[in-house]
Amino acid sequence: MQKYIFSRLVQSLCILFGVLFIVFFMMQVTGDPVSLLLSRHATPQEVEEMREELGYNRPILIQFTSFVSRAVVGDFGRSFRHKQPAMDLIIERLPATVELAVTALLISLILGIPLGLISGSNPGSFWDVISRGTGLLGQTIPNFWLALILILVFSVNLGWFPSFGRETWHFMGLTLPTRSVILPAFSLSLFTMGQLIRFTRSAVLEIRSEDYVRTAYSKGIPDRKVYIRHILRNASIPLISIVGVQFGYLLSGSIYIETIFSWPGLGNLLAESIGNRDFALVQAIAFFSSFVVVTLNLLTDIAYGLADPRIRYE
Amino acid sequence: MDNNSTGQQIPTGVAASTGLAIDQKQETGLWHFIKYTAHLLARDKAGTIGLIMFVIVVLSAILAPWISPHDPLKQNLRHAKKPPAWYEKGTMEYPLGTDNLGRDILSRIIYGSRVSLTVGFFGVLIASSLGIVIGLFSGYKGGKTDNIIMGGVNMILALPYLVFVVFIAAILGSSLLNVILIFGFTDIPIFVRITRGEVIKMRASGFVESAVSIGATGNRIIFSHLLPNLIGPIVTIATFEMSAMIFYEAGLGFLGLSVPPSVPSWGNMLAAGRKYLVIYPWIATFPGLAIVFTGLGMNLLGDWLRDVLDPRMRRVKK
Amino acid sequence: MAKILEVNDLITRFYTFDGVVHALSGVSFDLDEGETLGIVGESGSGKSVTMMSLLHLLPTPPARIEGGKALFYSNRNEQNNNTDPVDLLQLDKSGIRKIRGGKIGFIFQDALSALNPVMTIGRQISETLIEHLGMTVDEAKKRSIELLEYVGIPEAEKRFSAYPHQFSGGMRQRTMIAVAIACNPEIIIADEPTTALDVTVQAQIIELVQRLKKEMKMSVIWITHDLGVVAGMADRVLVMYAGSAVEIAPVDDLFYNPGHPYTIKLLGALPKIGEEGQHRLESIDGTPPDLLSPPAHCQFAWRCPHAAEKCWQAVPAAREISPGHHAACFFDFAARRP
Repeated sequence: MQKYIFSRLVQSLCILFGVLFIVFFMMQVTGDPVSLLLSRHATPQEVEEMREELGYNRPILIQFTSFVSRAVVGDFGRSFRHKQPAMDLIIERLPATVELAVTALLISLILGIPLGLISGSNPGSFWDVISRGTGLLGQTIPNFWLALILILVFSVNLGWFPSFGRETWHFMGLTLPTRSVILPAFSLSLFTMGQLIRFTRSAVLEIRSEDYVRTAYSKGIPDRKVYIRHILRNASIPLISIVGVQFGYLLSGSIYIETIFSWPGLGNLLAESIGNRDFALVQAIAFFSSFVVVTLNLLTDIAYGLADPRIRYE
Repeated sequence: MDNNSTGQQIPTGVAASTGLAIDQKQETGLWHFIKYTAHLLARDKAGTIGLIMFVIVVLSAILAPWISPHDPLKQNLRHAKKPPAWYEKGTMEYPLGTDNLGRDILSRIIYGSRVSLTVGFFGVLIASSLGIVIGLFSGYKGGKTDNIIMGGVNMILALPYLVFVVFIAAILGSSLLNVILIFGFTDIPIFVRITRGEVIKMRASGFVESAVSIGATGNRIIFSHLLPNLIGPIVTIATFEMSAMIFYEAGLGFLGLSVPPSVPSWGNMLAAGRKYLVIYPWIATFPGLAIVFTGLGMNLLGDWLRDVLDPRMRRVKK
Repeated sequence: MAKILEVNDLITRFYTFDGVVHALSGVSFDLDEGETLGIVGESGSGKSVTMMSLLHLLPTPPARIEGGKALFYSNRNEQNNNTDPVDLLQLDKSGIRKIRGGKIGFIFQDALSALNPVMTIGRQISETLIEHLGMTVDEAKKRSIELLEYVGIPEAEKRFSAYPHQFSGGMRQRTMIAVAIACNPEIIIADEPTTALDVTVQAQIIELVQRLKKEMKMSVIWITHDLGVVAGMADRVLVMYAGSAVEIAPVDDLFYNPGHPYTIKLLGALPKIGEEGQHRLESIDGTPPDLLSPPAHCQFAWRCPHAAEKCWQAVPAAREISPGHHAACFFDFAARRP
């Protein structure tokens, strides 16, 4: 198990180093980063000063080394638009994204897993058709379009939920979500829900026909207990991976949903900074999202190892 | 899916004997394969519907100039913001209404399918051809080469895809070619992984060795043994990936990062329609439905392809 | 000797995409108390399907049991002390559940896949005890450890909380046996329990089951495709071919005086120890018939060297050719032999 965790950890670090490499060189190959930072009307002298100031006239390898050494302590330079360190801006926007991601994950778990279970346990039934349909729609309806339709129906026509913005209420020092999170979280959750339905369904179907389930029946264990102890327990292990990966993506921020709902999170910040051509910030967000995704994948792998005795006792 | 799971418990003798008969049929050539596929399609309603939906989209892209009622670019402010035909103020002249500049929405959707399918088709073409070559190389060479290539592949697959696509698109600027290249290149890892997996599986099964032992050379092995076995999984993945690219292209268009706003594309139409969502909701609704329609068709088709092209499934389903 | 199980004309079919698979077309046999019945046949001949049909273990759909009786003469019935038989095929869900694991234990072929990989060995045994005998968790644990010791697993106390993948193949099969005998059943059905094991372990497992059978007074149904195994341990043998029972006979009778050409062929395919090397191992030409469309004549006719015209016209019924020896063939092969 220790060896397993260690090898996963090394892998994750390699991936993160690769990300730094990509983010750094993506800026280099596209031309002079300074020209992106300054307006088109800057004088050559201004450009030169900027290059000097930012260290862009040093050899590329030195630049990369200094980029990496600053990046590991979370320093990605300053946003030229906000005149603030990029990482501070990210940290500031993080709570909104976490709120949205957690809500979306909860919605998709609460709806997706039971639907997948019912569907996998009764293939061909009415509920199977419903769940498979939902799963398919979850994968094919673009969430940015769904968000528009939901706003149209539930905000404009019915007036149940606000159509944009994040409202919170404070209670005993805690910042708690309000109904403003429902529409964006639901639009965001549909894809994950679809994945969970499809995955749970196929896992249950597969495990149902495993030999050890037949053994359980041959021992005279009642159906309900066979489902809970043998089928569900075994299906939940691979489910950990799916949930982990999906949560990683949700946490890295949804650029569409946050833009549409003016949700003050990371995705919105990314869209904003792309609009402003604020590439230091884009760089920082790209790295931060990757960091979140990679870390979650690592945690997922560890959780997976703990849940599966075949790995735990390696 | 369900047929497989239940089928597994049919006594092995039955499954094996039916499987045998099919494998023999398989080897008699491409024509039989096509006939056999058509036979399978006829038994699967969802797959048929998916294929029909996909064909409708392809036909509307090819026949766009002949079937569009209007010029998709022609502005006509006198007819701007007309609702669809079934509304009180709608006319049959503009069946799905007009946008804020008086352009016919139906015509723009028909022409929009051209952008989507072009991006999807060429994106998958680039990704699959490069991916297959790299995957074959990686799986065939093995050892260090394989480790390095797969390290890169796993790294790219572990990244938040959308964030990077948006990042690259923002740097490169918006044009059809750029969008195709972005999707084409970022999607290579998927095809590398699937190709390599198949190569490794086949090497383990021993028939590559037996080909070597009767004197076949590397190239011959690849072309006469590996590629035919790869077609199934590649076609399946290509269908899903093409559908994903159409989805992502629309997303980029929605952010204004895909083709220039003047080109009629579903993403651009959505972006434009968003501004008028409350007053003229049809402008954003119909291009979205077009995306869902295409995605549903391709996913149904892909699910069906996965079922029939997976040799394990074939065994049971016949 | 008293009968404990009597199966009559069992018919099981699978309704698949491709058509109806006639998996069992009228299988009959019986099992005496304390007896070991060997069932042999090629894969797909319906050996396992027969046993799984009895205990309702086949997935429905596609499987359907369409006829027959399976009378179970249980004599360890606590409530009523009579020996009125129950028809296993007519039992409802909860009825059959009491039989499974309680009165009839099942040992499966590949213990690695037949044991739940994420549940401890101990729980998989005690689960049965708790379900059937209403034991508490602690009682069940104590009994499970005894059972593990009984089937010959060393350091049973420690192994109680191990997982299947930590066991060797032989130990896993012993665990399966412990699960099967946990509730002191009257019949043990062993479905090719030794195929996945190497020869020495095979012998140990066979010996173990023989010992348990005697000590616990059980009857054993041993499914295998290995006639050698059957010769060593069975009292009687049932030969199955293409979903039918073609011959049933006491073991010596079957080996020295086979009455069905298929059995003769099977015996020819068995290498004989002590015979001169020039004797060529015979193989049976052809493949088993397609069960999707069984013919209205003898299923073995295609592969039978003695097939005559009537073999292509009707299905031969089982005939008693000597006491306790039945064969489903028009011809009298047993009689022709010296």
